[in-house]
Amino acid sequence: MINPFALLEQQLTALGMIPAPLIVVAVIVAKILVIVLPLMGGVAYLTLAERKIIGWIQVRNGPNRVGPLGLLQPIADALKLLTKEMVVPSGASRFLFLIAPILALGPALAAWAVVPFGSEVVLANINAGLLYILALTSLGVYGIIVAGWASNSKYAFLGAMRSAAQIVSYEIAMGFALVGVLIAAGSLNLGDIVNAQRGALGPGSWFFVPLFPLFVIYFISGVAETNRAPFDVSEGESEIVAGFHVEYAGMGFALFFLAEYANMILVSGLASVLFLGGWLSPLPWLTSVPGVGLFFMDGIHWFLGKTAFFLFLFLWFRATFPRYRYDQIMRLGWKIFLPITMVWIVVVAAMVVWHMPPWFAAGARG
Amino acid sequence: MSAVVDYFKSLTLWELLKGLRLTGAYLFDRKITIQYPEEKTPQSARFRGLHALRRYANGEERCIACKLCEAVCPALAITIESEQRDDGTRRTTKYEIDLTKCIFCGFCEESCPVDSIVETRHFEYHGEKRGDLLMTKDKLLANAERFEAQIAADRAAEARYR
Repeated sequence: MINPFALLEQQLTALGMIPAPLIVVAVIVAKILVIVLPLMGGVAYLTLAERKIIGWIQVRNGPNRVGPLGLLQPIADALKLLTKEMVVPSGASRFLFLIAPILALGPALAAWAVVPFGSEVVLANINAGLLYILALTSLGVYGIIVAGWASNSKYAFLGAMRSAAQIVSYEIAMGFALVGVLIAAGSLNLGDIVNAQRGALGPGSWFFVPLFPLFVIYFISGVAETNRAPFDVSEGESEIVAGFHVEYAGMGFALFFLAEYANMILVSGLASVLFLGGWLSPLPWLTSVPGVGLFFMDGIHWFLGKTAFFLFLFLWFRATFPRYRYDQIMRLGWKIFLPITMVWIVVVAAMVVWHMPPWFAAGARG
Repeated sequence: MSAVVDYFKSLTLWELLKGLRLTGAYLFDRKITIQYPEEKTPQSARFRGLHALRRYANGEERCIACKLCEAVCPALAITIESEQRDDGTRRTTKYEIDLTKCIFCGFCEESCPVDSIVETRHFEYHGEKRGDLLMTKDKLLANAERFEAQIAADRAAEARYR
């Protein structure tokens, strides 16, 4: 297969008038655009999918007036937010107020650098990928804290405090779940983690089977990390209006919105990479079937499909569960998830050390 | 014993999965949305919409200015002034319903001894400036002219229940 970025680099070099370091930068920027632009499109249409699916669950149709089937709705929403005035409250800390939405969105996008879409399709194939992800998802909370503090509003401040405490608490359970993955895979590189899930059992070899409790806890923690229902106390519109983003309007609000949805996609993408074998095909035995064989090859479409499945779960949860009370959230995180993850890390370590078949048998991994 | 069962029930997220199954079933349920301007819900013959002041078939106003509607109106939306006409009958000189006050309870219609003030099925109207929603006698009479066929048919259909 031709690498389009290598081709771009060749072409730019052939022009002869651009210095070499600039070409490297240009190629990296092109790669970033190839990831970020579809991601933004995904975010836009995730909002439509959310309204549609929640509508269907509530026996409604959801938006269907703007364009065929309502497909232009996200564009109309984006235009509306773009043309609205962004009000900076007079008591706000102006610089921090304006930079907070960027702080929220930046890490959500930057984390995609190490996510492998296919066996060779990754922007930065670094060995500390998982660590990088953990670091960046933790940074996301700064956007929320800074927004809440800079707004100089009691509601925003309370929302930011709640959100910070919640994200920090669930980071721990999430971190332990990821430790389980890295013990099982023996690597921090996300590509290696996916390859470690390749096995004779097909989907049965994926990490969600031996690490099932960690898988469930990772995803629930992910829902809590992104401040989504049923863990959306940081918004809690019945108590603190809209939480940390009450004072934001127009593009500032839109950026927080983008960050929330980009984080949802990130958590879903990571869940599929870490536990559902990323780009691996669930039915690798069918690759030799004529006609549909190509579809059952490993590839980016499986990664996207698994990610879409987790995104659907996000929306399904939101349509089903009422909001947790704040003390219940803390109890769930500290007194239930944390002990379970610790116990299961020991179990995983034992399984790996004693080469428990079929997942960790010596030589079973390619 | 039941404590142990409850413990495992919550550990396996049993109740949550049951909730997800319920909402998941509704996801594929038939949608009950009515696409309003194109589709409309069925309307009763007793629907209480825009008011009208009716006339008899010979063109004479039904209203005899008894002011029962004005008295019964809980929102005080009706204002009536009357005088004696040359032929000795009492008629209204002013009959106004302020639709911004009206709560569409239908008491005026029920209290009317001569079926004069009625509420029609028409409900898709609006006012663009102050005064548009103050229904004067002329407007009310015009409404009756516009919807008389429907009004008469509804009265006839409901006659056996009155």
